[in-house]
Amino acid sequence: MSHEQYKILSKRFGRRDAHKLAVYEAEGGYAALRKALQQGREKVIEEVKEAGLRGRGGAGFPTGVKWGFVPKDAETVYFMVNADESEPGTFKDRFLMDYDPHLVLEGSIISSYAVRASLCVIYIRGEFGWLIDRMQAAVDEAYAKGYLGKDILGSGYDLQVIVHKGAGAYICGEETGLINSVTGRKGQPSIKPPFPAVQGFLDKPTVVNNVESVAAVPHIVTNGAAEYRKFGTEKSAGTKLFSVSGPVRNPGVHEIPLGLPFKEFFHDWLGGMADGEKLKAVIVGGSSVPVLTADEAMGIDLDYESCGAAGTMLGSGGMIIIPERCDMVELIQVLMHFYWDESCGQCTPCREGTGWLHKLVRKLRRGEGTAEDLALIEKVCEGMAGLTICPLSDAAVMPMRSFLQKFRSEFEALVAGEDQDGPQTRWAREYRS
Amino acid sequence: MSTPLNDGKTFALEGEDRTRFDALLAQYPTKRSAVMPALWIIQDRHGHVSDAAVTWLAGELELSEAKIREVLSFYFMYRETPQAEHVLQVCHNISCHIMGARTVLTHLEKKLGVRLGETTADGKFALEGVECLGACGMGPCMQVGKHLYEHLTPEKCDAVLESMRKGEPLRPDTDRELEA
Repeated sequence: MSHEQYKILSKRFGRRDAHKLAVYEAEGGYAALRKALQQGREKVIEEVKEAGLRGRGGAGFPTGVKWGFVPKDAETVYFMVNADESEPGTFKDRFLMDYDPHLVLEGSIISSYAVRASLCVIYIRGEFGWLIDRMQAAVDEAYAKGYLGKDILGSGYDLQVIVHKGAGAYICGEETGLINSVTGRKGQPSIKPPFPAVQGFLDKPTVVNNVESVAAVPHIVTNGAAEYRKFGTEKSAGTKLFSVSGPVRNPGVHEIPLGLPFKEFFHDWLGGMADGEKLKAVIVGGSSVPVLTADEAMGIDLDYESCGAAGTMLGSGGMIIIPERCDMVELIQVLMHFYWDESCGQCTPCREGTGWLHKLVRKLRRGEGTAEDLALIEKVCEGMAGLTICPLSDAAVMPMRSFLQKFRSEFEALVAGEDQDGPQTRWAREYRS
Repeated sequence: MSTPLNDGKTFALEGEDRTRFDALLAQYPTKRSAVMPALWIIQDRHGHVSDAAVTWLAGELELSEAKIREVLSFYFMYRETPQAEHVLQVCHNISCHIMGARTVLTHLEKKLGVRLGETTADGKFALEGVECLGACGMGPCMQVGKHLYEHLTPEKCDAVLESMRKGEPLRPDTDRELEA
């Protein structure tokens, strides 16, 4: 199948033995680490910058540029791999760690080397219990083979890796929240500046990269920036993992060249909707990005620029396909419950705002809403967006606003007092965990 | 505060757990940074983190109890009270919702005779709704311990409950040992 050619990160997905060091080495594993150590860190950084690799956690910030922010004279530097993958709709990093833990680890070691880190912390969300064991086993194998520890492959470079288990907090996916969590505190984000690359973990320069970002590094080191740029667009280079959920024929993780038209992805890769389902809306990059109507989605290309031009974001690539049968007010109630539950409580606009949004939507669904409540939702959103330390507040506002704007008639129907006796009424009334 | 700060029991990690704990202190750059993994060692052994355990850990790490409690209370997965034998945590977030999480939850409520958030009278099962578990393409899903059950249907839930009731070995979808 022609889609096979795009499998750079996902070529071992689904294979039962792929997590073993012997298999990884037999397929050329750890050659990139050897090459990186011989070439020197400047060359690695240059190549990653040249490749145009952008952060795959959601923000899309150029990885090489982020590495370049570490002060050259820093004595102690830390590197952290963000494997907290908790954005609803996102499950790509899970596949990387499950089927290719050594690829993730090799990328982490090379990235740590590039920024001169002496300690690398792989922060895995607590819900991925079996993956903690999986990654720890890979780390143990790597220590035994001299890919980790003192004087790695005779290069004089020392690196220690800790696999750190999270404990159930969405906010720890935000890099300063993650750093504070590893410090042994609540995972509440810190204000920037100072940026972590200058002052992070234990006040030392700390680079935090997403799992998928570091997993792309060995390929770039081995084959060069030009080869990496073979796929993708000028500004959105390379391939990207999309984790797709919802009633399509082929849900799951798909690696695509960035810039692929959504229409092609939807029909040729996902196989279209499952039997009896009709497409209503698409959330392209995780639950926090603005929703697109089916028509809007059919007009975009899957890259950072095209998504931006359409008023949404590529985000994490956690694509949620919403079928016609879904009630959009019900779905936004689910999401507002989530953001309210996960707000860390530090900033007033977010702590109070997410609660207000959740309660207002619930009120609508109980059949008690008024037209003023719709205006109030918009007003609360205004008081939340861009006014907090971290983007969680915006992450709640973006779906809320776009659902209300694009599917307004469904909200208005509730105000008018229709549609009250569905089978889900109990959930509308009581919904909370 | 309604929780007593001291439940009168003494606590200490022993044997293999103590060895793991000591290894943490050697690995993490500061004692405070070892709080989360230390809480995991305690909870993995005892099922929850008791007041006595908090007091013990604070002493070991030379931190105030407040600093331990700050972490213990902030993170959803740490438990301060004894838990049911099987805690069924069903994802109720958007992707699983679209794929039928509420049908699964309603079915489990009926089967267990409890409402969401409650524990069965015999202390065997607790039913919880949780946020995204990272199995969106395989939903609806639920977490039990360190594993996930995916593509849940009422029939699959019945089979899982049956195995748990009989004390049979469990076969969660994410258990890679089973594939080997």
